[in-house]
Amino acid sequence: MKSDMSKLGHPLSNSLSLSRERAGVRAGLAIALLCICVVVPLLNLTVPPDSAFHMSDYAVGLVGKIMCYAICALAMDLIWGYTGILSLGHGLFFALGGYGMGMYLMRQIGLDGNYRSELPDFMVFLNWKALPWHWAWSESFIAQMLLVVLVPGLIAFVFGYFAFRSRIKGVYFSIITQAMTFAAMLLFFRNETGFGGNNGFTDFKRIAGIPIATPSTRMVLFVVTGLVLVGCFVMARAIVASKYGRVLQAIRDAESRVRFSGYDPVAYKLSIWVLSAVMCAVAGALYVPQVGIINPSEMSPAASIEIAIWAAVGGRGTLVGPIVGAFFVNGAKSWFTVAFPEFWLYFLGGLFIAVTLFLPHGIVGLFRRLKERAA
Amino acid sequence: MTPELMEAGSAAREVLAQRTASGGRSAAFGRSVARAEPDFVHGVALYLDDITVSFDGFKALNALSLAIDAGELRCIIGPNGAGKTTMMDVITGKTRPDEGEVFFGSNINLLRLAENQIAQIGIGRKFQKPTVYEPLTVFQNLELALAADRRVRASLFARLSAAQLDRIGEVLERIHLKSEAHRTAGLLSHGQKQWLEIGMLLMQDPKLLLLDEPVAGMTDEETERTAELFLSLEGEHSLVVVEHDMKFVELLTEGHKKVTVLHEGSVLAEGQLADVQANEKVVEVYLGR
Repeated sequence: MKSDMSKLGHPLSNSLSLSRERAGVRAGLAIALLCICVVVPLLNLTVPPDSAFHMSDYAVGLVGKIMCYAICALAMDLIWGYTGILSLGHGLFFALGGYGMGMYLMRQIGLDGNYRSELPDFMVFLNWKALPWHWAWSESFIAQMLLVVLVPGLIAFVFGYFAFRSRIKGVYFSIITQAMTFAAMLLFFRNETGFGGNNGFTDFKRIAGIPIATPSTRMVLFVVTGLVLVGCFVMARAIVASKYGRVLQAIRDAESRVRFSGYDPVAYKLSIWVLSAVMCAVAGALYVPQVGIINPSEMSPAASIEIAIWAAVGGRGTLVGPIVGAFFVNGAKSWFTVAFPEFWLYFLGGLFIAVTLFLPHGIVGLFRRLKERAA
Repeated sequence: MTPELMEAGSAAREVLAQRTASGGRSAAFGRSVARAEPDFVHGVALYLDDITVSFDGFKALNALSLAIDAGELRCIIGPNGAGKTTMMDVITGKTRPDEGEVFFGSNINLLRLAENQIAQIGIGRKFQKPTVYEPLTVFQNLELALAADRRVRASLFARLSAAQLDRIGEVLERIHLKSEAHRTAGLLSHGQKQWLEIGMLLMQDPKLLLLDEPVAGMTDEETERTAELFLSLEGEHSLVVVEHDMKFVELLTEGHKKVTVLHEGSVLAEGQLADVQANEKVVEVYLGR
């Protein structure tokens, strides 16, 4: 819309501050891409370990993991920050994506497992003789990656369709999503569902036939994750800047007005809800090969609440905010859990309270306010 | 003629008209996309017949019948709890009546449509409390209300045409908010928000406007300008104005238009403002026995 107006030279156009902001975002994206694709790989793979500039494998793994979280936070922001629907069940979609990838990685172990069997170890342990039906596609990377997107997408679609059509909103919706992820966790804990019970999947050996734990494989996963994060950001920006994005914000602020203006909010909510779920699933699929384990604890209610905290701390309703929040909270977590392990949860709780009380627009909002004061 | 027959007749006529005009229909997953245009040939824009709505035994509307002519400006007054807002809820599809029928034109049964469909066929509603999208700018508020394809895919790739921009500019002029076009709607005064919401209704190109207390919280000057605006819309659109402010009603009726008094969910009196105000039953209801 904005570009149209400037092109037309219409008296209503307001493009100066906008083009400046666009230039800023472009520069930021270029720097992010440079770091992800060039700087980090160079610092990790070519700079010798004793140099001060060397980036350790641990640091690469940590940043890679946090980038997966950042994709989740971005997904949460689209549905919560922009559409006003607080989901406390996004951990389910993240975990489902992770399980989808995990099934493929389990099959990649092949005969190298403890029991030297074609079947994954936990199935041998349970004395199963053949793969359950839902493992039928697990041999093919492409089929399994399709499932990573389709299964969470379908579950989100069915759940969202009934919830939004029944006009369930606010805390009721949040509570139902929380119950949904909790129920799924209990289901995945059971051995007979064929997802490895409470141990989940681990001990991966290869991905696409290549050993998974080598520095170069890890770097490839890191770069792919970074590119997906940047891609998600660019997509979210296009969505938010479109008329569709403004309808989402309108639904957040005055849903009945939207309805009486002739829009069907169900279609809008459902589409962004499914997209948000799929983003989380992709993040989960990228997370599992980097972390090396997936188990039902990712579906615990607390894990889903944490996603909401990242978005809130960084700043809801902005796109940079949730990414900043994911890095800030998880950066603090990895330092705190080493330095003061027993105080981490207190700190997290305190942080959430402080942000809610004093920084309703999160860290990004704080910076914006400081900048305005300076100007 | 009964409404059913009238509907069947106009539906048949429309099928005929479509055949000669376009010659075919497009596939749309089993439902017809082209929605019937309301038919005002008989002069009636809105027709409520014997509407009853009860909430846990309390009858908010009690066998209410009402007809609004095409192009008419009708004021509806009545004490609190008379059922004015419930009536609007029924017309706009928010509340389904227990009994009765609501027709838009002579051919569209509103009870079969959802809220958003009712808005799309040309009924705009203004809420009692001004409801605008506060974080968006005035311009963006109007853009969202602009009559256009309301589906998800269309909004994702929507671009404003020059004609649409002009239309927004025109409405901005009409509601006196041109200089505020790029201000956040939340920063407007109460009266300006009322105006913005009216502007949003105009953007939808509605045939019928339902206005619930449109001048609440406005200054005298703003009230007068609002009356001017509504009078300029009369004829082109049908308007139903629910209002408590008698001065505003006087301005709108210009001494001769029909006013309807609602009481306990049905029509108590109908006629010119002066006659209605002199009516014993009305005086009793307003002043208490």
